[in-house]
Amino acid sequence: MAEKKKTYVEDIERTLYDIKNEDHSVYKSHSGLTPEIVRDISKRKNDPEWMTEFRLKSLEVYNSLELPTWGPSLEELNMDDIVTYVQPDAKMTGSWEEVPEDIKDTFDRLGIPEAEKTSLGGVGAQYDSEVVYHSIQEDMVKQGVIYTDMETALVEHEDIVKEYFMTLVPPKDHKFAALHGAVWSGGSFVYVPEGVHVEMPLQSYFRLNAAGAGQFEHTLIIVEKNASLHFIEGCSAPKHNVTNLHAGCVELFVKEGARLRYSTIENWSRNMMNLNTKRALVEKDGIIEWVSGSFGSHISCLYPCSVLHGENARCEFTGVTFASKGQNLDTGASVIHAAPHTSANINTRTISKAGGKATYRSAVKVTKNAPFAKCSVNCESLMLDNLSRSDTLPVMDIEGDEADIGHEAKIGRISDEAIFYLTSRGIDEEEARAMIVRGFVEPIAKELPLEYALEMNNLVNIELEGTMG
Amino acid sequence: MAEQLLEIKDLHAGVEDKEILKGLSLSVGKGEVHVILGPNGSGKSTLMNIIMGHPKYTVTSGSMEFEGEDMTEMKTFERSRKGLFLSFQTPEEIPGITVENMLRTAKQAITGEKVKLLPFRKELKATMQELKMDPEYAQRYLNVGFSGGEKKRTEILQLLMLKPKLALLDETDSGLDVDAVQIVSEGVAKFHNEENSCLIITHNTRILEHLKVDKVHVLMNGQIVEEGGPELIEDINSRGFAHIREEQEG
Repeated sequence: MAEKKKTYVEDIERTLYDIKNEDHSVYKSHSGLTPEIVRDISKRKNDPEWMTEFRLKSLEVYNSLELPTWGPSLEELNMDDIVTYVQPDAKMTGSWEEVPEDIKDTFDRLGIPEAEKTSLGGVGAQYDSEVVYHSIQEDMVKQGVIYTDMETALVEHEDIVKEYFMTLVPPKDHKFAALHGAVWSGGSFVYVPEGVHVEMPLQSYFRLNAAGAGQFEHTLIIVEKNASLHFIEGCSAPKHNVTNLHAGCVELFVKEGARLRYSTIENWSRNMMNLNTKRALVEKDGIIEWVSGSFGSHISCLYPCSVLHGENARCEFTGVTFASKGQNLDTGASVIHAAPHTSANINTRTISKAGGKATYRSAVKVTKNAPFAKCSVNCESLMLDNLSRSDTLPVMDIEGDEADIGHEAKIGRISDEAIFYLTSRGIDEEEARAMIVRGFVEPIAKELPLEYALEMNNLVNIELEGTMG
Repeated sequence: MAEQLLEIKDLHAGVEDKEILKGLSLSVGKGEVHVILGPNGSGKSTLMNIIMGHPKYTVTSGSMEFEGEDMTEMKTFERSRKGLFLSFQTPEEIPGITVENMLRTAKQAITGEKVKLLPFRKELKATMQELKMDPEYAQRYLNVGFSGGEKKRTEILQLLMLKPKLALLDETDSGLDVDAVQIVSEGVAKFHNEENSCLIITHNTRILEHLKVDKVHVLMNGQIVEEGGPELIEDINSRGFAHIREEQEG
């Protein structure tokens, strides 16, 4: 019998993302991290006094903490080489016409202004360290919805920002949360007042253009009682030869009876260290829904956490991770059941190919205060060849009574029998494989906004080098 | 004699070093219904898989022709496009692909033409009704969570939608209750006509009720050891395979 050749799934078509602009930044901080640099960033951003203090304290915490050792090795990250603040040559505006041409072209290529016209209720666009564009539909403003960049929020809604900022993800949480606290810049602020349903999604897009830079945007979303929102976060960067760092922070507050869907498609280039922290605090009867697609980056550590703080609070987590050559993507989810009758549903798919490494890591904690907690975890991995790796590391810590916890993990390859079945129906082998991979991610794809579902379909365009034996 | 559709001559085949078919010959003419009987482990399912071109098995000698064309080297999807169809004994569960999506993709692949969604849907729905299937199953993932009976019915649905020339039915009736066998049997009867043929493995004569069996083959130890008309089924049902085995060995 002829030796079986390996099957390769094509990478995402990256050309679109890889077009880099000339660096026209007006200011760049020195690389590395010192109190002087932090003070300088704070001054340039016109921070209020308390924020400058917050940054400096965070820096102290950062210096006191070690690199985490439990996940992928972060040794190749040298903070002395990372430029933490890159100010683009653009002022924040509400009109695309006023955005400098090269930056506007970038977002045009990514389809942001187009999507804004048809399917979004508001858009934020960040370029390197600063937000260059922000808009929101008039009727939402009338209903009291606030959607703006964090810097504006810090000026116009300082009391709200001060009340919530980094309370859910405190700087001492881990080294990169501390780093974020010290050098954060940009990001989005959303406030949805009680009872208001934001009908069309809001989308913020984060683009990191400068080489050797870090992006540390902060996203703060507050959805008040019985309100609802769908927020979409997109990120990408062109490929550089030096390491870029993304250490964003997302804090989501879902109040009583409120509902928030947070969708992310992350498509960083392969020189990116993506060390992002995302957390949601969900009150009584509230619902947080995460949809998370991790396709890019060199190394990712991403485990959105849901703290189910009020009775009947609920979390739905849907995630897909695709690790190819040179990628080590360590993703998953974490849930803390801290009130009675809270429930969580975690559903993930990981694909690894061409030597890529994909790890699913999750932590489910049920505290003593959370009787009748319900949690179901389903993670499935598909390895497309013998070079790739897939691991599943679920941790469960159950203290509450009457907990109903289920975990199902599957790691596999495309079965020859499934291929035989489909080819016996006249479908050629290449298409059969593509169908199986598409089918594998289908439960996730159907949760994605349409344009991202299409992007994901591109991802499973399969190139078959050889044929079955 | 009817025009030959499938012609297997002195076929030797197996998996790795183990020979399973040891000089098997068999031919099925256009419009004919053939039944293969044989004790467990005699190689019946292997034969079906080899006719369909399962890559696990290697043909070492002999020939297989379909409509006069040698197909020993043909890939499974090519055999399907020529007009072969296998109804699996245990159909695969394939998550994320709906019955409708798979069938439409298959139909397009086999006919080489674009299959328009609406007429296709209409035909699919009508066929499902004939098989007393809930039309909602068209939107379910292929065989995922289906009962044994539902899987078998879905196989017959595919048979009727894809319209091959030769249906290989591998114990399509096993694990079905009386009513389900009836439905499947009617489905097979609907498929069968002057042009289309069936090669059926069964332990149950009920599936044959709506069909006129032309020929029965007894497969033992990788070879066809006896052939005859439908009366052979009765004979084996009452006497078992032992006497044939004795004749072989004696």
